[in-house]
Amino acid sequence: MLDALLLTVVTLLKIAAVMLPLIICVAYLTLAERKVIGRMQVRVGPNRVGWKGLGQPFADMFKLMTKEVIIPTNSSRFLFLVAPVLSLAPALAAWAVIPFADGWVLADLNAGLLYVLAMTSVGVYGVIIAGWASNSKYAFLGAMRSAAQIVAYEIAMGFALIGVLMVAGSLNLGDIVRAQEGGFFSWFLIPLLPLAVVYFISGVAETNRAPFDVAEGESEIVAGFHVDYSGMAFAVFFLAEYANMIMIAALTSIMFLGGWMSPIDGWGDGIHWFLIKTAFCLFLFLWFRATFPRYRYDQIMRLGWKVFIPVTIVWIAVIGVAIYYGIGPWFQVRG
Amino acid sequence: MNFETFIFYVFSAITVFAASRVVSVRNPVFAAMFLVLTFFSCAGIWLLLEAEFLAITLVLVYVGAVMVLFLFVVMMLDVNVEPLREGFVKYLPVGLLVGAIMFIEMVLLIARSFKSDSFPAPTSAAAADYSNTEALGELLYSKYLFQFEIAAIILLVAIVAAIALTMRRRPDTKYQKPAEQINVTKADRLRVVKMTSETQQRNS
Repeated sequence: MLDALLLTVVTLLKIAAVMLPLIICVAYLTLAERKVIGRMQVRVGPNRVGWKGLGQPFADMFKLMTKEVIIPTNSSRFLFLVAPVLSLAPALAAWAVIPFADGWVLADLNAGLLYVLAMTSVGVYGVIIAGWASNSKYAFLGAMRSAAQIVAYEIAMGFALIGVLMVAGSLNLGDIVRAQEGGFFSWFLIPLLPLAVVYFISGVAETNRAPFDVAEGESEIVAGFHVDYSGMAFAVFFLAEYANMIMIAALTSIMFLGGWMSPIDGWGDGIHWFLIKTAFCLFLFLWFRATFPRYRYDQIMRLGWKVFIPVTIVWIAVIGVAIYYGIGPWFQVRG
Repeated sequence: MNFETFIFYVFSAITVFAASRVVSVRNPVFAAMFLVLTFFSCAGIWLLLEAEFLAITLVLVYVGAVMVLFLFVVMMLDVNVEPLREGFVKYLPVGLLVGAIMFIEMVLLIARSFKSDSFPAPTSAAAADYSNTEALGELLYSKYLFQFEIAAIILLVAIVAAIALTMRRRPDTKYQKPAEQINVTKADRLRVVKMTSETQQRNS
């Protein structure tokens, strides 16, 4: 009994040790986004709250917390309130299997990759339910767009991951990183370059970020699925979106950029490399947003179905042949 | 009752409750959401059986893709609930008959497995490095290869048939051809007209 209690307490502490830095990262990612995009557009960005604007996320948070949550008339009250939670919970749950450094992982699942894929695909429910429960045309249009988009890009994303697990020979995220040991040229980035590109762009599409943010498309459907949300309910959607962004960035660095491995063999591996790589991928997210105009809806569908899926299928065949003949240092049969 | 049994009963109770709500709730969107909950708690039970690959695949395929499309369709349709309930008395005998047959079948199945001595004993916990996924993959690609391939071909035929049946080519549909769009040159779109400059009229 005491052992079970101790295990529960330790697990809860571990979860807190993952969640608290994550929430702080989310808060400062919003600031980083505004700063980076500000610089790219030759502006200063927020600089009034605290030193160089570092207090801005907290000011935003307190503002949102003190606002009233308005529930639209004729909306489905229960689903309306549960939708933000449905979008945040999978975004946080997926972090359970992310290895931060060798052995630093909450749950060392054998099917970790599948678990992550399942969790990211469940996140779409928050968006769909929010759009339907709001009883608003704009929100509903946003939800429909989001559903179609996520279903389309999930296939490309899944195929990209199949390539990774073929080369790594494991579904365990820790083993995938360990298979990339030995400097920059052993990372999966080079042998799986097409899959890495497809995966990252699909990740941008799955998180509904610019240039794939038709689900919110301000120019035509106001703010899409969360147009009727205010206060803390809106903040939870915001939190989920940014947590998902960090998630995709972390997964990209684990699967294609060698996770906690250093780029040059012998420089010492550790969590700092993982953080640097994740931060770089996050910077790409912000960079995309400042650079690309929004895709039209049919262009998104074309890119997903007619470009990404064929590219991944062809590359999976290439990997299969390469593994069969054991080409190069990358495609050796493992495990 | 140990902890695993307790969790099993919790998940089973949720499954049974959610499954009964799927058929009893009025709003089809709520029914779809209850079906999602049923899948989730089923996946929980499968995890207890150490079938983690099947459990996660259930969530990934059914919750992540199939039910999203279900919800998509259910939300788009403007289902009026009242007419659906009109023929309740008329269809009751048929429903009772189907229900009775299913009940008898389940009783036969369950009674048989309880009677026999070969009631599966609880499997001993597998070693920590045992990979359920790997074992499944090896079986599928060696022992059950033909069945697996046949299932794959049937699914492929189903996809092709579904698309072929619903595809309507209307002559007036406008398509975009990105290849042509990319290949346009300046000469296709722009015509420069030489003309003498006009002086502006001033009213003096």
